[in-house]
Amino acid sequence: MPEHKMLTKRIGDINPLSIKDAMEKGSYKQFKKALSMERIDIIDEIEKANLRGRGGAGFPMHIKLMSTAKQEATPKYIVCNADEGEPGNFKDRYLMEKDPHMILEGMLIAAYAVGASRGFFYIRGEYDQAISIMKWAIEEAKEKGLLGKNINDSGFDFEMEVRTGAGSYVVGEEFAMIESIEGKSGRTRVKPPFPTDEGVFGMPTLLNNVETYCNLPFIVEMGGNNYKKIGTPTSTGTKLISLSGNITNPGVYEVPFGTTIREVIDTLGGGVPSDRKIKMVQLGGACGPIIPEFMLDMQIDYERFEEFESKTGAGAIIVMDDRQDLFEVLLRIVKFFEHESCGRCTPCREGHVHLEKLLRKFFKHDGTPNELYSLESLARVIHQSSLCGLGQSSPISIISTLGYFRNEFHDRMAFDGGEES
Amino acid sequence: MQLKEVLDKYPQSEDYLIEILMDYQKHKMHHDLTEDELKTIATHLNIKESKVSSVVTFYSLFSLKPKGQHVIQVCHDVPCHVNNQPDVLSTLKTMLAIDIGQTTDDKMFTLEYTSCLGACDKAPAMRIGEKTFTKLTPNKIKAIIAEYRGRKHA
Repeated sequence: MPEHKMLTKRIGDINPLSIKDAMEKGSYKQFKKALSMERIDIIDEIEKANLRGRGGAGFPMHIKLMSTAKQEATPKYIVCNADEGEPGNFKDRYLMEKDPHMILEGMLIAAYAVGASRGFFYIRGEYDQAISIMKWAIEEAKEKGLLGKNINDSGFDFEMEVRTGAGSYVVGEEFAMIESIEGKSGRTRVKPPFPTDEGVFGMPTLLNNVETYCNLPFIVEMGGNNYKKIGTPTSTGTKLISLSGNITNPGVYEVPFGTTIREVIDTLGGGVPSDRKIKMVQLGGACGPIIPEFMLDMQIDYERFEEFESKTGAGAIIVMDDRQDLFEVLLRIVKFFEHESCGRCTPCREGHVHLEKLLRKFFKHDGTPNELYSLESLARVIHQSSLCGLGQSSPISIISTLGYFRNEFHDRMAFDGGEES
Repeated sequence: MQLKEVLDKYPQSEDYLIEILMDYQKHKMHHDLTEDELKTIATHLNIKESKVSSVVTFYSLFSLKPKGQHVIQVCHDVPCHVNNQPDVLSTLKTMLAIDIGQTTDDKMFTLEYTSCLGACDKAPAMRIGEKTFTKLTPNKIKAIIAEYRGRKHA
């Protein structure tokens, strides 16, 4: 199956630093169309389209929109989550650097639909170039009267600013991000209330990923019924894939949902270099499952991914060839989460330290059956008892490999023949 | 840039704390924040000094210790790791004669790890200041370091 270029269709063709160029090539046309629509009708089209979040959790967008729109409290806020910190993901950076006005247009449509008056564009501090480009794009949009008071004589007021992160992975979680926007440490809050009820400064807040917003101009343009013809019945539209690792042509690819992982790796990515074999593939990023080669015919689809007890993830595919050591990879992942845990939940804060100790034993070919049991139960405790997505998803790489690569754990034990206790 | 100039750029509201800290730290030669500066910022925003301190210690990009003029951050996440041949970190360690977390004697370079830079399609990657360098090879690293060293005398 080839690529289906929708969001990425004009990338390379437009100058990201020129709103004039972007507008000549269609930018803000759908926002202007949306301004002439009833707010409820916009949300209705998005519901028909069955658009789900592209940041990882896959939550249906129309539920968030409706929930924010019906709030009576004002002001309402809208946040774009551009804190793309999940290792292996770079599609949001690509969108920001190549087509900033597509994202702003999507945010404007969403802001109008829910009645938000102020937007925060939260970009991780490491993305210096994306920060400069988005700031410039916002300035240009202000000059064109697309941000500010009474936009296009519609009576709709909306202002927007960039906020930058300062090196924290967990801030990609919605409430941690809201705390960070308020100038605090990025520690999540207990839900409910959800951000749509009480978000930034305690006000109703709509928060979505960069790619999710980018879909809105296309839904307004073609209508929800046409949009949902792309993809599969349960997962509609396209997905941007960040393809990396041991792969001939790494990069960002846009495919319709339903494409198989193997098609992405072989057809678009050109396979593994030097005729090596694929040993394992990590999906979604550090928080995602690691699967063996024989599972690559699985479709990229929200439903399919549920079998890993994980969310879809943001679309990273990290290919690892037969030279790579599973335990070296797992250790890196666990050390990453050990560093990035905010420390609020005990299982996450303390658990990763012990996961690392246990993994190190297997890394050194010195594991025991008891340690295998401890590793498995501890991974499950962190997965089930953490408050936010970090701890809920961080042990997925271990849980998945304990299933698919269990032999490797056995091979790394200090002695042979021991029964698991 | 003076701290006062940075403070004047932002609304006097506590939600701009992270923006102010990031902006100011970038302009400092050794990329660190001192206790006195945290006090000044806390007073300006009318918040407790302990709050500023807790934010500074929460986020990895803030530092209370002076660093080298150029901070080299090497990515060590999985996509860079599986493409890390030859080893970027070893090359840098040998070239600069320092270990991770250390600063060269001439205070020019500090070597650190960073989490993913989102340059996985051009791995391996590192970042110096605000610039990301990709598809690194030993020769490329040598050329980059030589250029930064040259700037000292420029």
